[in-house]
Amino acid sequence: METETETDQIYHIDVGNLLGFNPNHRFPSAPSSREELVKECLEEARKLVQAIANALFNFPSTETNDGPIVQLPPPTTKLPREKHVPRPKPPTKWEEFALKKGIQKRKKDKVVWDEQTDQFKRRHGYDRVNDDNDVPIIEAKATDEPGEDPFAKRLDEKKQRVGKQQKNRLQNLKAAEKAGALPSHVQLAATSLPISGTKSQPKKIGKDELGDVAGLAATSTASGGKFDKKLPGEKAPKKQGKHHKYLPVVAGRGAVNQEKEQTNNVLSKIISKHSHEILNVGKAINMYNVKKEKKKSGRSDKSGRSDKLKPKKDITKKPTNKAK
Amino acid sequence: MMEIRTPKTGKAKRVLEKRAPKLVETGKKTLILHGTKTSATVSSVLMELYRLKKGGAIKYSRRNENIRPFESGGETSLEFFSQKTDCSLFVYGSHTKKRPDNLVLGRMYDHQVYDLIEVGIENFKSLLSFSYDKKFAPHEGTKPFICFTGEGFENVPELKHLKEVLTDLFRGEVVDNLNLTGLDRAYVCSAISPTKVFLTHCALKLKRSGTIVPRMELVEVGPSMDLVIRRNRLPNESLMKEAMRTSKDKPKKKEKNVDQDAVRGKIGKIYMPDQKLDEMHLHDKSKGLKRERKESKLLNEETDSKKKKKSSE
Repeated sequence: METETETDQIYHIDVGNLLGFNPNHRFPSAPSSREELVKECLEEARKLVQAIANALFNFPSTETNDGPIVQLPPPTTKLPREKHVPRPKPPTKWEEFALKKGIQKRKKDKVVWDEQTDQFKRRHGYDRVNDDNDVPIIEAKATDEPGEDPFAKRLDEKKQRVGKQQKNRLQNLKAAEKAGALPSHVQLAATSLPISGTKSQPKKIGKDELGDVAGLAATSTASGGKFDKKLPGEKAPKKQGKHHKYLPVVAGRGAVNQEKEQTNNVLSKIISKHSHEILNVGKAINMYNVKKEKKKSGRSDKSGRSDKLKPKKDITKKPTNKAK
Repeated sequence: MMEIRTPKTGKAKRVLEKRAPKLVETGKKTLILHGTKTSATVSSVLMELYRLKKGGAIKYSRRNENIRPFESGGETSLEFFSQKTDCSLFVYGSHTKKRPDNLVLGRMYDHQVYDLIEVGIENFKSLLSFSYDKKFAPHEGTKPFICFTGEGFENVPELKHLKEVLTDLFRGEVVDNLNLTGLDRAYVCSAISPTKVFLTHCALKLKRSGTIVPRMELVEVGPSMDLVIRRNRLPNESLMKEAMRTSKDKPKKKEKNVDQDAVRGKIGKIYMPDQKLDEMHLHDKSKGLKRERKESKLLNEETDSKKKKKSSE
């Protein structure tokens, strides 16, 4: 949209974007002071805004509580899209078949008349019409084998049907993905690598495991891996061999002689174990007291646990044999 | 082995549907990032841009060392972020000795880099340094006026590109209805030389004039800076064609059953379904048949419901 002003300049105005462009103004190449320049820019912009507002306020407006609302025209400047135009979905296998055979889609009611119970029942969901699981009796046919469970057979058939349907759905989605028209809420993900022959999946080895294996291989060399060239980033092997902690030989200032203590402990243990005369008085008193207390509280406290926590065995109930 | 993954919650499904490509697009979101090194000016420019675009912008605060928009391999991170945040515009600020106070404005198409333009910032004045009557401060999320002045925007290709990118950046959402009381900001871009653009953000004052149209006055409020064009990369032709394609460009479907006749004008045929005259129900309103009418009515209702059941099965 173009507008003429008094100075006969034509502005390019795009009301849909609230955009105004004045292609004719020439700024002085020798710049005056900064403030003058800024003022000039603002003045030109003001004129542009006024031109856009002239167009805008002359549109028919509807009054609402928040203020007058105008219907903006669509923008005229073309700007690139953010994402591609949604691609058409290829028809599914069933849709192709239906098209070929001329099968029309029929709208089904949510509620259907059930002959057996003489009432209206829903088609899908809880308490539905013709529920597959609710059949009480299945009559035996001449073709049935004696050992077969017809109910289990029905379940199996249903599982097969469901599996087939899932497979078909997957094929349809794959075809849609190929055409670039996968529905926005669906993602197809590869769960595992394709199996070739009878090879099992190669297990992924972690960083630490690799390091350990490398260390093992290094120690098996003649010089125990000491002079092996190290790759960049390879860490030095953890301390290999026996791990022995040695106590300080000379006792520090004020520190207890740890080695002496250690040997003393060992000695006392040995001696006390093999001497039957030595009596641990404290321990004996404790044992005696505990026994006395147990006798006092009675025999019920034998296990030491509260009876409330133990599951009570009901002896009147016979053990059931659930054979599945 | 493929697995079908669908969202398990309604919220997740709605988010995915929001991000899906649509026929008519709503506003683009902007991603604001820092480069390896940023100066004080660049960081304040990025912060103020974020404030101006509050509703539709995402600002990352960490430094991104591996993003180099103009190099062939340096865009992968940008594309990943664009996919993650669903942003199709980005502003990347950095500061090097060779390119001080650098800002790269870019757009994405299908989360791939579409075009880029690099500008340098000079004479930056922050939001806070402007003093004005706070009554006129623009509100967040209002649709702005955008004004371009200067013949440079038409003659110089880089400035033309910059004009397009700035329009995209400042435009906000494309709306059908606009509230006239909510007009309170304007972006002013003037091409003061073939390589320099003066950009500023102003608040609008609507003054009473004699007519319905109020008199507009601009008050500088926001950040103002000079943008010096450095490098740019235009989109390649095929991508541009694809991105500019709108749904209206598709060839119009042939209108069926419409004929233009010189004598009769516009004619079309109406096809009526078969009318089974013997099964049509007509009111027999004669008084004498009242009782019989009631009985026949009852009979008719029964046959009706049976027929309905038959046709619906």
